[in-house]
Amino acid sequence: MTDTAWIDAALTSARPQAVGALLRYFRNLDTAEEAFQNACLRALKSWPENGPPRDPAAWLIMVGRNVAIDEVRRSRRQQPLPEDEAISDLDDAEEQLAERLDGSHYRDDILRLLFICCHPELPATQQIALALRIVSGLSVKQIARAFLVSEAAMEQRITRAKARVADADVPFETPGAVDRSERLSAVAAMIYLIFNEGYSAGGDTAEIRGPLCEEAIRLARLLLRLFQSEPEIMGLTALLLLQHARAAARFDADGALVLLDDQDRSLWNRQLIAEGLALIDKAMRHRRSGPYQVQAAIAALHARAAKPDETDWTQIDLLYGALEIMQPSPVVTLNRAVAVSKVRGPEAALEMIEPLSSRLSNYFHYYGVRGAFLMQLARNDEARIAFDRAIALANTSAEAAHIRMHLDRLMRDSAPRNTKAVK
Amino acid sequence: MLYAILCYHDEDLVGSWTKEQDAAVLKKLAVVQDKLAKQGRLGPVARLLPTTSATTLRKDDPPVVLDGPYAETKEQLLGFYLVDCNNLDEAVDVARDLGAANPGGAYEIRPVGLFQPGEVTK
Repeated sequence: MTDTAWIDAALTSARPQAVGALLRYFRNLDTAEEAFQNACLRALKSWPENGPPRDPAAWLIMVGRNVAIDEVRRSRRQQPLPEDEAISDLDDAEEQLAERLDGSHYRDDILRLLFICCHPELPATQQIALALRIVSGLSVKQIARAFLVSEAAMEQRITRAKARVADADVPFETPGAVDRSERLSAVAAMIYLIFNEGYSAGGDTAEIRGPLCEEAIRLARLLLRLFQSEPEIMGLTALLLLQHARAAARFDADGALVLLDDQDRSLWNRQLIAEGLALIDKAMRHRRSGPYQVQAAIAALHARAAKPDETDWTQIDLLYGALEIMQPSPVVTLNRAVAVSKVRGPEAALEMIEPLSSRLSNYFHYYGVRGAFLMQLARNDEARIAFDRAIALANTSAEAAHIRMHLDRLMRDSAPRNTKAVK
Repeated sequence: MLYAILCYHDEDLVGSWTKEQDAAVLKKLAVVQDKLAKQGRLGPVARLLPTTSATTLRKDDPPVVLDGPYAETKEQLLGFYLVDCNNLDEAVDVARDLGAANPGGAYEIRPVGLFQPGEVTK
């Protein structure tokens, strides 16, 4: 691996801890971020020459803090900067600092950082943008691209989020136990949203939005290391891993969505599946179920099926039933209906989703699923109406293309029978 | 004499490698492994899943099962087992049985991600 690639990876992995610690010193997001940037610049100069430090995060914290303090002094006294070596030469200091950074500080610093990004006064879109900028260290340009908005708009969104955090007078002290568990679920939800932003991208944008899924997984693993015994965080991480494992099989060469049943399962990432299955297995031992665990358990049943017809739909139906109780929502019922159609047939499934029509009247998937059930029942005219409505409501071109494929099949099937007989 | 070579690294860092970086490292390692394999000197090779998937059994009386990897530094790694289990419950049961035969210390239970059985012929 080249020097710069190694340094990039080291800076990325050290970032949450380093920015978190710098935030503890400076109690200001901008100052902490700037201090980290300055430390990174010095690392790019110093590491290739002197070799990597034993603890990159400790090095970055120390250098970032020194540079920032020095800038304050300089602006006060108008003195010239000290030599680079004086700031970056900290073999002994690094060792001492590394000692103090163990356990609790590490945990609290990263938590504080995550909690600030998930401040309850911030709308979800700002939470996500702030976390990707501050915790993950993505550039404004990268984030803007992933969210398909202009760089200026994203810059503004992040600036607003920072201003709100500053105005809200965020406590920089370590949050108490109650705060922790409340904010923990907010952080989990934020990570889940980042993942969904990437996951719901169409085939045409999957390449630029896909990295959001990987970033969400990285954040989930980070959170899991801080909360090692939280089954829901294990469930969340497992869920993201199992969903993302199918990434390579989810779109065809033209960018159209490929449904689970039609995916080439040899393209699924076995390594991610193994990790996801291990985590959900570990979570279930706690016998404290929750929505992320149930969704991960459903994803696990799909992952375990070597072929679509080996899927344990009965168990999936039961799990969706459990999810309906935990998180009643028409969308959950809609998903359950798909399992029901496999277990008890399309008629029962159609009956199940009939009452949802008013609440899901603007929901693409409702009409897609409804059309599919009707098609299975050979009620082709009604199916066509449902599919037409689905296309009108499609969020991405991949979704629309997928439905059009069904319509084409309907057209073929309902063509006059005698044309088939003519040879 | 058989030697075990245990792999240590910063997990955050390795987790931050891109797919390409990861693949490049594995490719370089494969060259070294192939040479050993051809000489009949390579035994099993395993890549463990991240420590977030780890569970630890403290062999106290009674034994305690904890989430997460073994974090103490006052004990040393003295050996390891590879056991085929259907799930974590089974693995924990195996560790309990072993622990009953040899109390004290701890077992860290880690799922194996990649496994090459290998074959030592000399």
